[in-house]
Amino acid sequence: MADNHFDAIVVGSGISGGWAAKELTEKGLTVLLLERGRNIEHVKDYVNATKAPWDFPHRGSKTQQMIKNYPVLNRDYPLNETNLDYWTNEQESPYTEVHRFDWFRGYHVGGRSLMWGRQSYRWSDLQFEANAKEGIGVDWPVRYAEIAPWYDHVEKFAGISGSKEGLAQLPDGQFMPAMDMNIVEKDLAGRFNEHYKNHRKMIIGRTANITEPLPGRTNCQYRDKCWLGCPFGAYFSTQSSTLPAAMATGKLTLRPWAIVTRVLYDKDKKRATGVEILDAETNKTYTYNSKIVFLNASTINTAWLLMNSATDVWPDGLGSSSGELGHNLMDHHLGVGAFGQVEGYEDKYYYGRRANGIYIPHFANLFGDKRDYIRGFGYQGGASREGWDRDIAELSVGVELREALSEPGQWTFGMGGFGETLPYHDNKVTLDKTRKDKWGLNIPAIDAVLRDNELKMRKDMQGDAIEMLTTIGLKKVQGFEGNAVLGRGIHEMGTCRMGKDPKTSVLNKWNQVWDAPNVFVTDGSFMTSSNCCNPSLSYMAFTARAANHAVDELKKMNL
Amino acid sequence: MQRREALQRVAVLLGGTVIGAEAFLSGCKTPARKEGLFYDNDVAMMDEIGETILPGGNGVPGARDAKIGEFMKVIVTDCYTPEDQDVFTKGLKAMRDAQFMDLTPQQRHDLLVKLDKEARDPKYNDQNKHYFKMLKQLTIWGYFSSEPGATKALRYIETPGHFDGNLPYKKGDKAWAT
Repeated sequence: MADNHFDAIVVGSGISGGWAAKELTEKGLTVLLLERGRNIEHVKDYVNATKAPWDFPHRGSKTQQMIKNYPVLNRDYPLNETNLDYWTNEQESPYTEVHRFDWFRGYHVGGRSLMWGRQSYRWSDLQFEANAKEGIGVDWPVRYAEIAPWYDHVEKFAGISGSKEGLAQLPDGQFMPAMDMNIVEKDLAGRFNEHYKNHRKMIIGRTANITEPLPGRTNCQYRDKCWLGCPFGAYFSTQSSTLPAAMATGKLTLRPWAIVTRVLYDKDKKRATGVEILDAETNKTYTYNSKIVFLNASTINTAWLLMNSATDVWPDGLGSSSGELGHNLMDHHLGVGAFGQVEGYEDKYYYGRRANGIYIPHFANLFGDKRDYIRGFGYQGGASREGWDRDIAELSVGVELREALSEPGQWTFGMGGFGETLPYHDNKVTLDKTRKDKWGLNIPAIDAVLRDNELKMRKDMQGDAIEMLTTIGLKKVQGFEGNAVLGRGIHEMGTCRMGKDPKTSVLNKWNQVWDAPNVFVTDGSFMTSSNCCNPSLSYMAFTARAANHAVDELKKMNL
Repeated sequence: MQRREALQRVAVLLGGTVIGAEAFLSGCKTPARKEGLFYDNDVAMMDEIGETILPGGNGVPGARDAKIGEFMKVIVTDCYTPEDQDVFTKGLKAMRDAQFMDLTPQQRHDLLVKLDKEARDPKYNDQNKHYFKMLKQLTIWGYFSSEPGATKALRYIETPGHFDGNLPYKKGDKAWAT
């Protein structure tokens, strides 16, 4: 076999790309895993992971120079001193915003699997059937029964901790023991669940932090420094989980600094033959060939890559024959919720920094609830005692101030909503051919806004939060409403949606591009609707399913 | 010293600091050297301001031991906007003019109590900032995130190892640093 021939090429090494590499290599395929950025080696390259707060010159904060270099990242919490190197260089890789879209990226091995929020939720048929029932977008070509075994498969390997709740809208899974609620959360959840008779439920978050050891991984040590990279491998990432498994097969070649510029397409065979890359360090072009190609470059970049591919056949790119490539861009809208004070519990505290909180799954428009919009939202939140950063109005300066701030303050509880965004054809990614990145490549232009359904929903996301927190006895409850802007959910989805009809979708039910069945797209771009819960677990399940289907089809000589 | 005393009296009379006091005082001091935004004795003064805001005692280190002056210098230089730097450095000038370093501990305390009250006036906000709020915030942040603050005033455990959501607490127990 020549150096540039592989059974499969996987473009992108984040959550879904890592899964594709693992599944394909474990099925015996030789795999080339391409990553546009640098390598980050597990543990060794987590250079800040064991630093104390005082080891950072700016104590983790951002400098004016950082703000200048990262104007997009600066719009929200990601711009910070502790893991700056994990975020994409905005000067080298600009993008065009037709409307403001906060795109927070990670261009390195592992992608955003290193910095992700780790909340992991299954979808149910209430979500898979919603588009068809309501006439929104296109119908999902998959139902829960088909994907459930793949959720089992990925949960067992990734390690998801959570509690079994028997909820129709949030199916239980193969969970490791759940993390504990603290005493205040337990009592509030008790009141909440009793009041809402389980039509609404407050549960502990389901998270990809392991509570029991797995091979090569230690259970969570409650450091809450996940996004620096975990030296214990206690949360799922490409580095901690899928990459070592793929490497162990001896069938994986990992190539960092490889910007894939196009998928090579043979119009006679109607198949992809490989990819062309630009070496990000040397600017040299290379070609790699394979029987199948998995695209896991992340929702916006996968659309960008397809738009730049097979343009001799389709001017708008490979997968554009339906007119849906790049369209239906979704995210979760957030930054809206409520918080308040909890009276009492002065004799209670907690030990350990739990990188998880409570979750209230979707309830709006379900089980007889009716709103003036469709779909719904969930909440993530938690209770804690105030720390030294609180203001004590009655203390000015002096020993009393130091002593008071050295003790924990009042218990507070807060939560923020994650709302579903509908798939609008007009919310889209296109190519901006007037601007170039550092490597002379055209860049994506993002044109997406929240519309009536989401804006109406946001009123309830705040209003319901205030009402619920008041109902369960919190004091001084206040709502909050942040920027109603897409992107900052960091859950981009939908630019290559799957469907039943090649005229209205980019992918078939197995994540294959209708126009090139040996090209599989299994990052967030395949999503036909967005639901309101965190999507990564679904990317994992669909990726594993697609990879196994690909191997079956290869065996049957269908690809 | 006479000049300083005179100046203090003027300041008290006017209810504040005296613009141009530095020039007034320069007769009895060699002018300090300025590097970047700060004079070379500003760090020492910020140490003392910080120590007055969060003093040590009872075996617990104060803000001076947390090298709070150096911390303020770094944060104001690297993280503050030019507008905020301007408010801050004018504030330092006011503190120099008030001869902060020459005041007794009690006088320092009283002065900062007065400034804290002044800074809480609703006329000061994000558009119209009071320098003392900056000094106080920097002190609290820098102190409790420093090694002495986090490990001696508070409790810090790098790797807790497990989670207990129902830990008994009694008044006087220290808070967790993070």
